[in-house]
Amino acid sequence: MKFTEEHEWLDADGDVITVGITEHAATQLGDVVFVELPEVGTTVAKGDEIVVIESVKAASDILAPLDGEIVEVNEALVDNPAAVNDDAVGSWFFKMTSPAAAEMDEMMDEAAYQAFIG
Amino acid sequence: MSELNPLPLEALHAELGGKMVPFAGYSMPVQYPMGVMAEHLHCRSEAGLFDVSHMGQVIVRGADVANSLERFIPADVVGLGVGRQRYGVLMQPDGGVADDLMFANCNDRFFLVVNGACKYQDMEILKAGLHDCEVTLLDDRALLALQGPKAEAVLAGLLPAVAEMRFMDSLVFDWMGAELWISRSGYTGEDGFEISVPEDRAEEFARALLAHPAVAPIGLGARDSLRLEAGMPLYGQDLTPQISPVVAGLGWSIARARRAGGPRAGGFPGAEPLLQELMDGPANIRTGLRPEGRAPMRAGVELFHSLEATAPIGRITSGGFGPSVGAPIAMGIVPAELAPGTTIYGEVRGKRLPVTLAKLPFHTPRYKR
Repeated sequence: MKFTEEHEWLDADGDVITVGITEHAATQLGDVVFVELPEVGTTVAKGDEIVVIESVKAASDILAPLDGEIVEVNEALVDNPAAVNDDAVGSWFFKMTSPAAAEMDEMMDEAAYQAFIG
Repeated sequence: MSELNPLPLEALHAELGGKMVPFAGYSMPVQYPMGVMAEHLHCRSEAGLFDVSHMGQVIVRGADVANSLERFIPADVVGLGVGRQRYGVLMQPDGGVADDLMFANCNDRFFLVVNGACKYQDMEILKAGLHDCEVTLLDDRALLALQGPKAEAVLAGLLPAVAEMRFMDSLVFDWMGAELWISRSGYTGEDGFEISVPEDRAEEFARALLAHPAVAPIGLGARDSLRLEAGMPLYGQDLTPQISPVVAGLGWSIARARRAGGPRAGGFPGAEPLLQELMDGPANIRTGLRPEGRAPMRAGVELFHSLEATAPIGRITSGGFGPSVGAPIAMGIVPAELAPGTTIYGEVRGKRLPVTLAKLPFHTPRYKR
C-alpha cells in the first residue's frame, strides 16, 4: 500500500489500483455525512477533484492520484458515508487503471507516511 | 488577528483533548475526541458543557438603565421584571443590526451577553449612546453553558435551587463562595443554563460539572449544528446589518410597546423602516430548508426558482448536517410568498439540487416554561 501527501492510500492489484483516504484524513475530516463519487468510465487527470466528501464540519475533495480511468466505485459509501470514519482503510472510494502506475513507486510507504503526518 | 487570547479554561480544554481553533479572536475548542456528531447527540440525550467565555459579558448601571437601553434595543426592556432575561437585537446608529443579545434585569443593573466577535464594537455603540449609564465589559468572568435534558439534575446537584428556575429566569447564586450568575437559557434548543463564573473559580466549577457521568464537554462544531436544528439565527450569517430582524424572522422580539401605536414606539436607530416592514410584512424571510438528497447546502449557496432560472431568488445563510434530524438541513432567505413545502433549487458545485422549504425549528425545543 502506498500513500500520497493528500492523505490517500493506493493499493495495486494487477492493473487495478484501489484508492481510499487514510485514517488520519478521516479523523481530521470528522464525521463524514456525504460522499459523491465519479462515474465509472470517467477519464481523469492527476490532481482532478473527482470525489466530494463532506463531513459535519466542511466539504473537501479527493484528487485523482494518477492519470487514468475510473473502473469501479464504492456505491455502498453513498448510502453509508460514516463507514469512512469506522474503517478508513477498508472503505475504498474508487478503483482505477493508470498508464502511469509506475509513479506509485515514488509514493510514500506506510513508514514514510507515518513520519509525514508526524 | 495577530495573537489569540487565552481563555480561563484553556488548560482544561487541552487536558480534555479539545481541538483548538481560532474563533472571535480566541483559541476555542471546535470539538473533543468524541467528535461533532456524538457530541451533538450527547447534548440532546444527556448534558453538554460548553465554554462560551469568548462572548461579551456587559454590565450596564445607571438611574434609568431600562429606558436608556431601549434607545438601541427595539424590545420591551422597561417591562422586564427583576430576575428575568429577554432576547433582543442591538441597533447600530445607521439603523442596521449590530448584534443580537440577551439582557437580564438584575435589579441594580442590567447584564448583557453579546457575541464575542461583536463585543468591542457593541461597547463603542453602548458607550457612545448611553452617556447617562456606566457600561462595563467584564474581563474577569468565564461563561459556561450546561445544556440538555439532564442539565437540571446535574446543576441542581451543586445548587438545588436552580431546579425552581423557569426558562429565561436570571438569578445570582453562591457556590462555595463564588458568585454565579445563572440564566435558564441557551443556544441548543434544549433545556439548560448559562452560567457566568468568576475566572479564578471557572476551572474548579467546570470540573465539578464534568464529574457528573451525564456531562460531556461539547465544542463549537456541535454548538453550531445544535443551534441550526433549533432554528436559532447566528449573527453574521442569518442576521447581519443587511438582514433586518424582520427578514430574519425575529420580529417577535420587537415588543408591541415599541411598535407603531405602542406607548414607547420607535426611538431607536432605523425605527421607521423597521416598524414599516413589520406592518407591511417583509419581502423576504428566513426559512428552514431541507435539501432532498444527502448533499449538505452550506452558507452562501444560491437558491433558484427552477433548474433553468438565471437569477437567484435567495441564498442559504446557515447549513450543514443535522445529526438529530439525520439529514442535511439549512436556513436561508427567500421571497416571503413561498410557502413551506415549496421546492426550489440550491446550486452546489455547479449543480442545481432540489431543496424544500420547511418550518423552523427542525428540532422542537424542550424548555422548562
